[in-house]
Amino acid sequence: MNPRLPWGPMGRMAGRRALFAVPVLAAVTFGVFAVAAASPFDPVKAYAGTAGLTASQENLDQLRANLGVDQPLVSRWWNWLRSALGGDFGDSAVMRQPVADVIGERLGWSVLLAATAFAVAVLLGTGLGVLAARRPGRLLDRCASSAAYTLEAAPAFWLGLLAIWFFAVELGVLPAGGLTDAASDTVTFGQVAVHLVLPAAVLGISQLPWFFLYVRQGVADALGEDPVRGARARGLSERTVLLGHALRSGMLPMLTLIGSRVPELITGALLVETVFSWPGIAAATVQAATSVDFPLLAALTVLATVAVVLGNLLSDLLYALADPRVGFDG
Amino acid sequence: MAETALGHPLRTTRRIRVTVSAGIVAAVLLAVLLVPPLVQLDQQAVDLAARLRPPSWEHPFGTDDVGRDLLLRCVYGLRVSLLVGVVAGLTATVIGTAVGALAAAFGGWTDRVVMRLVDTFSSVPHLLLGIFIVAMFRPGVGPVIVSVALTHWLSTARIVRSEVLSLRSRPFIDAAISGGASRGRVVVRHLLPAVLPQAGLAAVLMVPHAMWHESALSFLGLGLPTHQASLGNLVQTARGSLLAGDWWPTLFPGLFLVIPTLALAGLAGAWRERINPRRRSELML
Repeated sequence: MNPRLPWGPMGRMAGRRALFAVPVLAAVTFGVFAVAAASPFDPVKAYAGTAGLTASQENLDQLRANLGVDQPLVSRWWNWLRSALGGDFGDSAVMRQPVADVIGERLGWSVLLAATAFAVAVLLGTGLGVLAARRPGRLLDRCASSAAYTLEAAPAFWLGLLAIWFFAVELGVLPAGGLTDAASDTVTFGQVAVHLVLPAAVLGISQLPWFFLYVRQGVADALGEDPVRGARARGLSERTVLLGHALRSGMLPMLTLIGSRVPELITGALLVETVFSWPGIAAATVQAATSVDFPLLAALTVLATVAVVLGNLLSDLLYALADPRVGFDG
Repeated sequence: MAETALGHPLRTTRRIRVTVSAGIVAAVLLAVLLVPPLVQLDQQAVDLAARLRPPSWEHPFGTDDVGRDLLLRCVYGLRVSLLVGVVAGLTATVIGTAVGALAAAFGGWTDRVVMRLVDTFSSVPHLLLGIFIVAMFRPGVGPVIVSVALTHWLSTARIVRSEVLSLRSRPFIDAAISGGASRGRVVVRHLLPAVLPQAGLAAVLMVPHAMWHESALSFLGLGLPTHQASLGNLVQTARGSLLAGDWWPTLFPGLFLVIPTLALAGLAGAWRERINPRRRSELML
């Protein structure tokens, strides 16, 4: 690989993708408003809460006008989009604060959880994948592959609950949820680290099967190819052949996965953050959904879409960097 | 190659796997179809004297927090989950097949617009989109089925489209067109039958996927109402007793989800090898 990165082509590709992302995001936000308009959900009643039951029709109509609900779908969407671009996503009813503040407070915790989980999945998946591919069909390979298929089929919330039962209830070595102990009112590094172990491990393990199976397949294929045969013929050590030759070409398909696994990571986070009461945005999404908090839910749906689009761009950039045959044209 | 060197044991394990998978799928179908009409036990029967009993001969899966037999609850829960999964999976497959076939058959602008739409749809994580739809339409059987079906037709549409595109250039299609067949007739009589095996495979694989989504929604409290307890609802209600150390109400409903999924995946893998023996990928569960 070139020591100097091809910044120009990479930047042009990112710019092109950003242009493509505009219609996608416009369509997704419009879809969100269209679904809400077609549903029995009434923003006025949601906003007024229990007071709406006793309020006069006149007050409700006034509120309807203030909230802009009496306007047609397209202009409501357009107004939301304009203020969203200015950083104003409206107010969250369930969190009792502006949506932008909710996201600002919680995004960091979600990123921390997801990044740790991702690191667990990539490292464990690569390690196990190489070991399994070295001797396909042997005991280790069979055990790891069967475990991978089973984990793939197991819902993350179920794994999380079983982990809570085993590590928090039976052994009592790790906390069952939250960010800090209930007694402490300051967030310290040690507390967060201890509380991070279980959710990050469960989220990582739920992402593990894909990485494992891809690395295993990639390395096993690469072990049968000419460069590896050549390296072996030159008398290089098995370690060098495995890590220097087979793993490097076997990792290629995995690079595309790293970015394109963002949707699965978000899906897993929705479940894991809820199970472990982790104060991230995924848990907030579920709370927003249970109490039909439209402004928060809409903003978080759009945020997730942005994350997916960015992930796809990242994986294409990585793939083009690692494999010169691909190029930055996409 | 490994195939010839290890040919015999590999083929044997594969046959065992298929037999076991078929047995599990048959057992599941028999259980959910026959247990409710034949077994004269009320799954809702509350027995407060037998609260949270661990697994025993009398209650193989133990009892839940109001003394209901968990084995019976799991069978009924599987029945609800399977029903939702089959209906949602079939709906998704029909939508996906129709969209994919039409996009490929018409080509040009239609194809481009439809596939852009598919791309847009897939950039919202499925579970999140499902949560959004259910939240807006209030939890219930209908919204859950709609939300699972609406988020799962995308991959089928892509598969069917590429299958139809590769079929379109085959001689028998040319023959039909030069024989004067209309576009609609070509789609219905020649293209659809040829893609049915692929679509059927997608449908079978869709069912566990749909069940998974329904369970996740139910677990989050956004799925089925509690009187129609699915496997996800069972896990959700078990959360309270889990913290007291009672693991069985959580473990067994999850196993009822995992084991049939693995069995179906095993069968679908064997089927895929049959209809396309050259592509023996282990990566697609």
